[in-house]
Amino acid sequence: MSVDAATVRRIAALARIAITDDDVPPLVGELNQILDWVDHLSEVDTHGVAPMVCGTDRTARLRADDVTEGGQATDILRNAPDAREGHFTVPKVVE
Amino acid sequence: MSALTDLDIAAAREALATGACSAEELTNAYLEAIDGAKALNAYITVLPGKAIEMAKESDARRRAGEVGALEGIPLGIKDLFCTEGVLTTAASHILDGFTPSYESTVTRNLWDAGAVLLGKTSMDEFAMGSSNETSFYGPVRNPWRASGSDAALVPGGSSGGSSAAVAAHLCAGATGTDTGGSIRQPAALTGTVGLKPTYGRCSRWGEIAFASSLDQAGPMTRSVRDAAIMLGAMAGYDAKDSTSIDTPVPDYEAALEGGVKGLTIGVPEEYRVEGMPEEIEYLWRRGVEWLEEQGAKVKSVRLPRTKYALPTYYILAPAEASSNLARYDGVRYGLRVPGDDITAMYKNTRAQGFGTEVKRRILIGTYVLSAGYYDAYYLKAQQVRTLIAQDFQEAFESVDLILTPTSPEPAFGIGAKTGDPLTMYLNDVFTVPASLAGLPGISVPGGLSATGLPLGLQLIGRAFDEETVLRGAYALERAAGFTAKPDPWWRA
Repeated sequence: MSVDAATVRRIAALARIAITDDDVPPLVGELNQILDWVDHLSEVDTHGVAPMVCGTDRTARLRADDVTEGGQATDILRNAPDAREGHFTVPKVVE
Repeated sequence: MSALTDLDIAAAREALATGACSAEELTNAYLEAIDGAKALNAYITVLPGKAIEMAKESDARRRAGEVGALEGIPLGIKDLFCTEGVLTTAASHILDGFTPSYESTVTRNLWDAGAVLLGKTSMDEFAMGSSNETSFYGPVRNPWRASGSDAALVPGGSSGGSSAAVAAHLCAGATGTDTGGSIRQPAALTGTVGLKPTYGRCSRWGEIAFASSLDQAGPMTRSVRDAAIMLGAMAGYDAKDSTSIDTPVPDYEAALEGGVKGLTIGVPEEYRVEGMPEEIEYLWRRGVEWLEEQGAKVKSVRLPRTKYALPTYYILAPAEASSNLARYDGVRYGLRVPGDDITAMYKNTRAQGFGTEVKRRILIGTYVLSAGYYDAYYLKAQQVRTLIAQDFQEAFESVDLILTPTSPEPAFGIGAKTGDPLTMYLNDVFTVPASLAGLPGISVPGGLSATGLPLGLQLIGRAFDEETVLRGAYALERAAGFTAKPDPWWRA
């Protein structure tokens, strides 16, 4: 499988990263080089193999289903580039 | 008279206990050393005021008879750990000015044990790299240079600020994080010890996420004993990390003297990769002899799926990263770059805030998770990961530890590999398999290359068997007798 210029533009849009026309050709080359290399995995027979989804096979300890934190709006907003009146702000989304 | 900064953690603990020096004096010595080592660029943020204040508090506790496991020991902290009230950047422009209002569990544990925070060490941006060249704050220089050369070399990565700081005695020890080798490879390239614990051994809470199913914090130190001391303070169950495992933290230091007599060490043939320099092969054979001479049995083991580990990693880690890094959107923290509408603001912020390698990995991750490709790439890689973990399980039925080189080559030049991402990725060929399997691994300095640069040996152990890993590493360290130090060219 390989990516073309249109695919690179589409995944950049999905990833919300602005790219210029000049960025596209080198990205097509680099991503294809990496994808060609990871395609080696198609040699491996994985029929019926369960996916490993976590770094450990041990069972996690369950915690009590209690509310332990909250009421930290000031702390949470402290690092926002633009917070006003207890809210994050964004550019206008509704006309 | 030798400098206070020449004391490793165990020696400093002794000097502090006997009153030969105070935590404040020790901390001052390190702050002076850091001030004189700007050429290395190892720290992003140095905290003289906070460090002295913490050292004074430590001295007061000691006078009151309260002595923690790391009482008064000055540490460098990788800038991936959130530190309350202290700038935390992940070496990324996108986290400009980010000052957490909370403390990561691992660093909280270290301060509870009495340690002193000297500053935040540099790293590859969001821990993505093997050379510390992707840091927004510029490359870190390895304290080591090849014999007769003054060319700048990389300190490894992603924990390259930590490895350089430990090697140059700019801290008594440091924290690192390892996703595919980011503790072990920089340790190997700087002649230091780096331990990646079992996945779930140290809490990930408050550690900025790269690939959550792989990320694990660990100590970077001058000796195996120091690694045991630091790990004991860092490890433990944490209800705030759902993947943290509730199992007791043993006395790692007590395990060191156990020796390797009676242990069986596995040597995996699949790690004999094409083009590996003869000096790395030679060191590996020496490692086998060192363990045999101390009573270990050595046998060959098979890890047949080894060659698929790197491609598997370069699907899974970018996929998880693309999801984890979605939070950097110019709204909640750090950089915001304006745009005509909200989508343009997101796109501009992320385009300017992330560096080239981080963007490359986000794009790869977005692609392998996108509709139509998920099964072919992401699910397939998760299945191969199962098989790689099974290879290790089978090997560990007949051996107690696995011995390999840590890295396929010594430190390379700054800029030597930045043009080709794949060449850079190959540096983690020996460290990635254990990361995928979630197993503990340690790098111990074994000797010098023909060019006078440090080379490391890696021991991999069973899950939650850091004690045997440390026993083996201690035996290797003793036999290797690695005492070489870099010439302090950086001293101002």
